[in-house]
Amino acid sequence: MDKLFALGYDISRLWENYWPNYLTGIRNTLIVAVVATLVGCIIGLVCGILNTIPYTKNDSLGKRFILKLIRVVVRVYVEVFRGTPMILQAVFIYFGLPYFTSGSVAFKGNTGIWIASLIVVSINTGAYMAESVRGGIISIDPGQTEGAKAIGMTHVQTMYNVILPQAFRNIIPQIGNNFIINIKDTSVMFVIGFIEFFAVHRNIVGVNLMYFPSAVIEMIGYLCLTLTASFLLRLLEKKMDGSNSYELAQVDALTMTAGNYNHPGRGTPFDERNPEAVKSMLREELRRQAERDEAKRQGERAETRRQNAAGDHDQRGE
Amino acid sequence: MKEILQVNHLSKAFGNHQVLKDIDFTVSKGDVTSIIGASGSGKSTLLRCINLLEIPTSGEIHFQGENILSRKGGAAAYRSKVGMVFQSFNLFNNMTVLENCIVGQTKVLKRPRKEAEEKAMKYLTKVGMAPYINARPRQLSGGQKQRVAIARALAMDPEVLLFDEPTSALDPEMVGEVLSVMRDLAADGLTMLVVTHEMAFARDVSNHVVFMRDGVIWEEGAPEQIFTDPQRDETREFLSRFMER
Repeated sequence: MDKLFALGYDISRLWENYWPNYLTGIRNTLIVAVVATLVGCIIGLVCGILNTIPYTKNDSLGKRFILKLIRVVVRVYVEVFRGTPMILQAVFIYFGLPYFTSGSVAFKGNTGIWIASLIVVSINTGAYMAESVRGGIISIDPGQTEGAKAIGMTHVQTMYNVILPQAFRNIIPQIGNNFIINIKDTSVMFVIGFIEFFAVHRNIVGVNLMYFPSAVIEMIGYLCLTLTASFLLRLLEKKMDGSNSYELAQVDALTMTAGNYNHPGRGTPFDERNPEAVKSMLREELRRQAERDEAKRQGERAETRRQNAAGDHDQRGE
Repeated sequence: MKEILQVNHLSKAFGNHQVLKDIDFTVSKGDVTSIIGASGSGKSTLLRCINLLEIPTSGEIHFQGENILSRKGGAAAYRSKVGMVFQSFNLFNNMTVLENCIVGQTKVLKRPRKEAEEKAMKYLTKVGMAPYINARPRQLSGGQKQRVAIARALAMDPEVLLFDEPTSALDPEMVGEVLSVMRDLAADGLTMLVVTHEMAFARDVSNHVVFMRDGVIWEEGAPEQIFTDPQRDETREFLSRFMER
């Protein structure tokens, strides 16, 4: 118990002294994770779409050659960036560019570090997303393509209107996965001197050696970030699926049936759990009945008056 | 009568397997042609060849006098004039019923949205699905989905409507609602080409019946003739098997 109190004290002291550093770290981590995930998704989408353009034996040699070349290039890109550690890719690009250009082109200063980090994480995400998008596209029932083709859609129209919206829905969990991975894995960017959340920890403990209390702060911080991300993604998924129920449109009042007569917000009058609607329906019906009866009575009265008047007239005529 | 569709010497092979052999037949405007035959006889492949969902190995398909196989790159434009209704419905899962019937009109035929909406409502009303315009395909029964699929095809104002076993994937109690819609369409004078196992429909509604066996047209003629006086033993045997059920 004493240990826990001591830990709480250490953490609060750390936070008091260094909270701006931690918050800056979190901010930088988030910026890189969000931007790189978005850019990576775009790269992945483009690669995935290019990879799934169909060709048949009847297509021209040129078209087939280009499509095959594209597939090979995408394949190589995916395998290289998926198959090597991101920490190494960061070093490779950050130091490789000045090496090859003899220092004339380099990632200079803080801006350079930012750019290098964004590039590395984006390209990495793109390699993973390319495969996810390809999987998303080929998982859509071929019948969807046939249905679209049968009403005369071209390949581009089919992809844009029918396949990609469905594929996108299916790969949202993958995008979320990558986003969460990116939040955590940007931490390896400390090798090129990028100050994100984990690098802040390294700097702080380098000064005061409070490894464990700082690690606790880091743990809590990362968990908060990733939990929020998962929650938001679930929300997006739900929104994309649309409502599970649907309103039946009232088309013709004469074709009123139990299924298509509804009161928005009150349920249907045939809904047993909705006595309110049933009562108001009954009241409405009784009111109409009364109105009809009243009109009938008035009509009868008018009729008798006319008859009486006619009778009077006849009598007078005699 | 004006010929809409003419198929000459059509053949289709999947690898070494010859599915269609030298098919010849003609569809005139207003015809309701039923294609019957056992599973694997090539009925569906023939229909898919006519819509270019399968590319024939050899032969010619003339649509309104033009050979569509020699024409380059025009499959999409041709398909917009030939509607198709599938066994598995193939409604677009990411759209509502109304959107399903509109998207082809606005994207392919470039109709204004309002006109497309009116046309969609007209045909959805015709098939009795107008109350369900806001539903999504996953919320509908098989029969309802197929009726929406028919409305979607009709909204494109096709010259010919192809039906690929439209009732085979349906529960028995839903077959009737789809067949009655198809009867209505036939009565309206729509040109239809129907692959079916519903012999009563083939007999009562169509004016031409084609019996296929092993990838060839074994026998064809008026429904009365095919159903009451088939000329070949295989036709008689096939029909008797169906009548027993």
